Amino acid sequence: MKQRHEFHVDSTRYLDDHGKPFGDLPPQARDVERTLAAYRNMVLSRTFDSKTIALQRTGKCGTYPSVLGHEVVGTAIGQSMAKTDVLVPYYRDQAAHILRGVSLKEMLLYWGGDERGSAWENCREDLPIAVPIATQCCHAVGVASAFRIRGEHRAVVCCVGDGGSSKGDFLESINLAGAWHLPVVFMVINNQWAISTPRSIQCGAETIAQKAIGAGLPGHIVDGNDYFAVTEAVDQALERAHGGKGASVIEAVTYRLGDHTTADDATRYRSADELKKAWERDGVKRLQNYLHGCGHWGADQEKQLQAECRERVDKAVEEYLATEPEPPTAMFDYLFETLPAALQDQRERIANKYRARGGQGGAV
Amino acid sequence: MNASAQKAMDKRKASEVKEVTLVEAVNMALAWEMEHDENVVVLGEDIATNGGVFRATVGLKERFGFKRVMDTPLAENLIAGTAIGMATQGLRPVAEFQFMGFIYAGMEQIVSHAARMRNRTRGRLHCPLVYRAPFGGGIHAPEHHSESTEALFAHVPGLRVVIPSSPQRAYGLLLAAIRNPDPVVFLEPKRIYRAVTQSVADNGEALPLDTCFTLREGDDITLISWGASILETLQAADKLAEQGISAEVIDVATISPLDRETLLCSVAKTGRAVIVHEACRNGGVGAEVAASIAEAAFLDLQAPIVRVTGYDTIMPYYRNEQAYLPHVEDIVEAVEQVIAL
Ligand SMILES: Cc1ncc(C[n+]2csc(CCOP(=O)(O)OP(=O)(O)O)c2C)c(N)n1
Repeated sequence: MKQRHEFHVDSTRYLDDHGKPFGDLPPQARDVERTLAAYRNMVLSRTFDSKTIALQRTGKCGTYPSVLGHEVVGTAIGQSMAKTDVLVPYYRDQAAHILRGVSLKEMLLYWGGDERGSAWENCREDLPIAVPIATQCCHAVGVASAFRIRGEHRAVVCCVGDGGSSKGDFLESINLAGAWHLPVVFMVINNQWAISTPRSIQCGAETIAQKAIGAGLPGHIVDGNDYFAVTEAVDQALERAHGGKGASVIEAVTYRLGDHTTADDATRYRSADELKKAWERDGVKRLQNYLHGCGHWGADQEKQLQAECRERVDKAVEEYLATEPEPPTAMFDYLFETLPAALQDQRERIANKYRARGGQGGAV
Repeated sequence: MNASAQKAMDKRKASEVKEVTLVEAVNMALAWEMEHDENVVVLGEDIATNGGVFRATVGLKERFGFKRVMDTPLAENLIAGTAIGMATQGLRPVAEFQFMGFIYAGMEQIVSHAARMRNRTRGRLHCPLVYRAPFGGGIHAPEHHSESTEALFAHVPGLRVVIPSSPQRAYGLLLAAIRNPDPVVFLEPKRIYRAVTQSVADNGEALPLDTCFTLREGDDITLISWGASILETLQAADKLAEQGISAEVIDVATISPLDRETLLCSVAKTGRAVIVHEACRNGGVGAEVAASIAEAAFLDLQAPIVRVTGYDTIMPYYRNEQAYLPHVEDIVEAVEQVIAL
């Protein structure tokens, strides 16, 4: 006897490329304030992004990965999460960070090469950005395990790219999340490219979301440029996690509109035509059109918002540029809770050297 | 249990002195700390129902339940990383790697995340966790089960690397490692897991980390070692005593950060040093010890520093493992050579 096992992966999309609903929108869409707040956050992230790229180009910031094209996903995540949930981000989650309470100044410090940029005064429990790809997935299941052990109704949202979903860390983590019924939402942000490697040769499976099935988890695909689709999926996955029903995998299909980082030149490996088509599907413009169509948004509001965002970003840049670097002894001060005696002479050595050379920037 | 009953039980227990092996001491320390700190959890492959392949975690599941004693899937990278996530939430995970030869898959997590979480978040998050792994040769194990690659970890800033050499030190140092607010790689010399028993008071008393232990005082030469090789080093000291050579024996115990102070004081007294370790010679911790002495105590030295170590080869299968491991005679010969100079 043969038995057949069938699985399915849903795909959701509510708005067409021009922001016109295909049909009924999910209940979240009735919350106009939330939708407006989302749009404002997307514009703020975009403004921050172009300013930071400009800072890098003028030597005032280190290598920086653009958020361009990811604003919808990050915003939906940031809005849907409870304050007490934990975000386990990757390096293109600026839109989510802003909503979690990371200040623009902290974000600039981080990319400007200052460790205090991960101090995150307003979201002390969110994990810092993991640079080795996908390693954060393992941390996410650890955080979720702690919630489970303590019986806390909190959830974790873990972000990873389509490239990152090829790594063992991702597969091992969704496997554990399935086995232990952990409250995690894995967001695979499929922007079609892992540096120069297209999605088509990153993985032979038809979708990334279907990897969830092997781990015993529900997998769902959403149009990552569709604010309502992403919001609904994240809301539902978080509800599942908070309700003790376990983990989910969401593949948000979007597009990386910029270069991989400021050190990359995407024209070397992708066509202008492809990029042009991707811009036609841009999620920020799409939401603006939608709001416009509903009469909630107009040219004056747009102008005012743009000015506000520029002002906020410029102020953060000023603060960032005015921040003195930490004294070099800081490299010892956060290594262990208390510095082992064996390292004290090394700390003194650097303090003396720094003092002797007339170093400034706080007490050594 | 109410507080006074708990106290009474602790008191009774505190007077409980047991004759235990090194691996039993590990188990005792885990049980003590799990009982006294509900944040302590253990995880790893086969550790719950089976009690671990070396039985280091035996009985813990029965006492503390599956919630705190977790069998993980077979994925070392995941074990290392999950422990990090748990630790950021204030749990104190003790993660077991079945053998040190399999820890490498978890290396990225240990090096890139556990060791630097405090630093990169400016103290906001940290990793109070312990990675335990049985290591070293001499038990007729298959390939990948016998190496001593402790130097890989000793090189990493932000990690402590602790190696017990007896049941008493296994108990006290493991308690200290679990209570330490930073990540500790705790390497257990499996060759002496059951080689000797020692009386250990199950009283929750930790031993200090970051410090060497002087196991035997002497005037003519300082013998420096750690882990299983301490056994042969002490035997060599006995043999040398018969020849009228008085050897001081130092158990380094925490190989990183290294307590140079104790080592330098001893060499200042004896003027000679022999370092004994099972690991390969090239880039081993012995080289760091020798360089530290040469840098700071060169003028105290009456002879070159000599190392007795494994070879710079892949640890052979068990038919030849004895040819690889340093023996008592090797240590005695090295000392005779140094003393003759
Ligand atoms: C383990 C590891 N390998 C390689 C890199 C270098 N690297 C940085 S980003 C990246 C591509 C990641 O692509 P994806 O996960 O799809 O995320 P995206 O950048 O497209 O958002 C690579 C290879 C890295 N950071 N970590």
